[in-house]
Amino acid sequence: MLREEDKIFKNLYGFDDWSLTGAKNRGIWSNTKEIIDKGSDFIVEEIKNSQLRGRGGAGFPAGLKWSFMPKDSGKPHYLVVNADESEPGTCKDREIMRNDPHLLLEGCLIAGFAMHANACYIYIRGEYYTEASNLQKAIDEAYENNLIGKNACGTNWNYDIYLHRGAGAYICGEETALLESLEGKKGQPRLKPPFPAGAGLYGCPTTVTNVETIAVAPTIIRRGAAWFSSLGRENNTGSKIFSISGHVNNPCNVEEEMGIGLKELIEKHAGGVIGGWDNLLAVIPGGASVPLLPKSICDTVKMDFDSLKEVQSGLGTAAVIVMNKSTDIVDAICRLSHFYKHESCGQCTPCREGTGWMFRMMEKMVKGSVQVNDIDKLLDVTKQIEGHTICALGDAAAWPIQGLMRHFRPEVERRIKEYQLGEVA
Amino acid sequence: MKHPGMINKVYNVSDEIFNWSQDNFKRAADIIKKYPDSRQQSAVIPLLDLAQRQNSGWLSKTAIEKVAETLSMSYIRVLEVATFYSMFNLEPVGENFVQICRTTPCWLRGSDKLVEVAKEVSNTKLGEISDDKKFTIVEVECLGACCNAPMVQINDDYYEDLDEVSFKKLLTNLKQSKETIKGSQIGRQTSHPQREKNA
Repeated sequence: MLREEDKIFKNLYGFDDWSLTGAKNRGIWSNTKEIIDKGSDFIVEEIKNSQLRGRGGAGFPAGLKWSFMPKDSGKPHYLVVNADESEPGTCKDREIMRNDPHLLLEGCLIAGFAMHANACYIYIRGEYYTEASNLQKAIDEAYENNLIGKNACGTNWNYDIYLHRGAGAYICGEETALLESLEGKKGQPRLKPPFPAGAGLYGCPTTVTNVETIAVAPTIIRRGAAWFSSLGRENNTGSKIFSISGHVNNPCNVEEEMGIGLKELIEKHAGGVIGGWDNLLAVIPGGASVPLLPKSICDTVKMDFDSLKEVQSGLGTAAVIVMNKSTDIVDAICRLSHFYKHESCGQCTPCREGTGWMFRMMEKMVKGSVQVNDIDKLLDVTKQIEGHTICALGDAAAWPIQGLMRHFRPEVERRIKEYQLGEVA
Repeated sequence: MKHPGMINKVYNVSDEIFNWSQDNFKRAADIIKKYPDSRQQSAVIPLLDLAQRQNSGWLSKTAIEKVAETLSMSYIRVLEVATFYSMFNLEPVGENFVQICRTTPCWLRGSDKLVEVAKEVSNTKLGEISDDKKFTIVEVECLGACCNAPMVQINDDYYEDLDEVSFKKLLTNLKQSKETIKGSQIGRQTSHPQREKNA
């Protein structure tokens, strides 16, 4: 279990003051100049050594990503912070932005400096109104105190941070769709390459990165890569905010060490499954996009990128959606299919047509008004979508259904048989 | 599922006109300054949002045209943004635009019951304005407050940790234009695990 002194997010719940005064008491902005004076190579190297992996879902090594930014491209460089948090189950970045916005802003300066960027855009989802207003106030405070702006923190580095509100599109959480949206267009993903580090926002070198990844960076540099990598295990280091929702007694966000057991996480922090651990049916361990896990796996699985990959799921955004035995598991996944149908941007045919088809099929699966061989047909379609679209939304729509059929196929078959018996009678 | 933000048709009232209010004209100029020169198209989403706020929660054809004119963009480029993003309503909405989250985490904790309560109190169908113009009720996808499920967004504010009783009370208060408590309805501090805690 994560010790209190190893927590990075000291004001996750907002008991303390979120403004600059409170932030300074928590040690934020305390020696930012010293850190920046050590140079960009040092910062990137330290992040690499900490083995921090991106907290936005894909788990790409953060230091490596930052190092892709060219040193001297002759163009402006941009850091874009992805705060378009819309993955069902996930509500961690929200807490950072409304309860500890300066942690994020300091991270923006340090990460932006490391990438040779002089400007940063924070793209926050439009629905987060309070969060955006807290963050904007924090930005204003930082400007007033010369922490950002011209000669930020007295480092001779000019750095601007702008807040940009989105308008309700899940797809804008995909990095290139986010850039399109930021340029004032429909949020439809771009083909890669070119990757954003080569040609991103306005055709300039850009790094798009999640709020939590940026917010942990200053603490990692302050306390050292060795400290961060001593938490968790090799390649899955550090601490992470877990969002626990669904059928638990006390749904909550909590910062914990990577690799904590799923059962321990739920029982220790979320007050356990409603009706007790034996009443557990399944858990979606990393936000809507990852396949669910049945109780048998939940008993022992550890919450980190590699352990969850081994059981054919993923850590994603570490949004744990718990479902107990009162859940209609087919309907639960059907609702996610509706979500993807609704959020598909319509650019690639397999996803645009496929998500709608899968949803209609799932609707029938809920009732059982299909044939048993339709399950294989549905699985075949998920395979046709997966990997055949520009962005990962197609994959994300396919995986929950694959996960359902992998672990709960007998339940779906039972419904189909029951429905057919009803028809005959 | 009817939702004024998900239609692709422009609702046309022939005698309407849209002009920036003095305050919003200044705000628009400030927003445009956030983006590099010649990249003012980036301001299209914030400006559409501003126009929608000025226009009682929805975008009329002339409002969209105004945004296009302000940013020197063609009308179609602005319209395609307005239809793509679900937060832009292309039809008038009630005074309280109630968005009930329906995605799995909220559904697991009873969001479908909230829909029934909302229909009952507002006495209207989903997606339509109630007779007293107080409500438009819609179901939406994940609003990103899953640890405080079930939740709804009413205009700009989140109302969390709801159940049928507290939601009914909330809507009744809004119907009578009374004050409401925002955030958690059980007095919980943000997403802290302790449910009965008053900071």
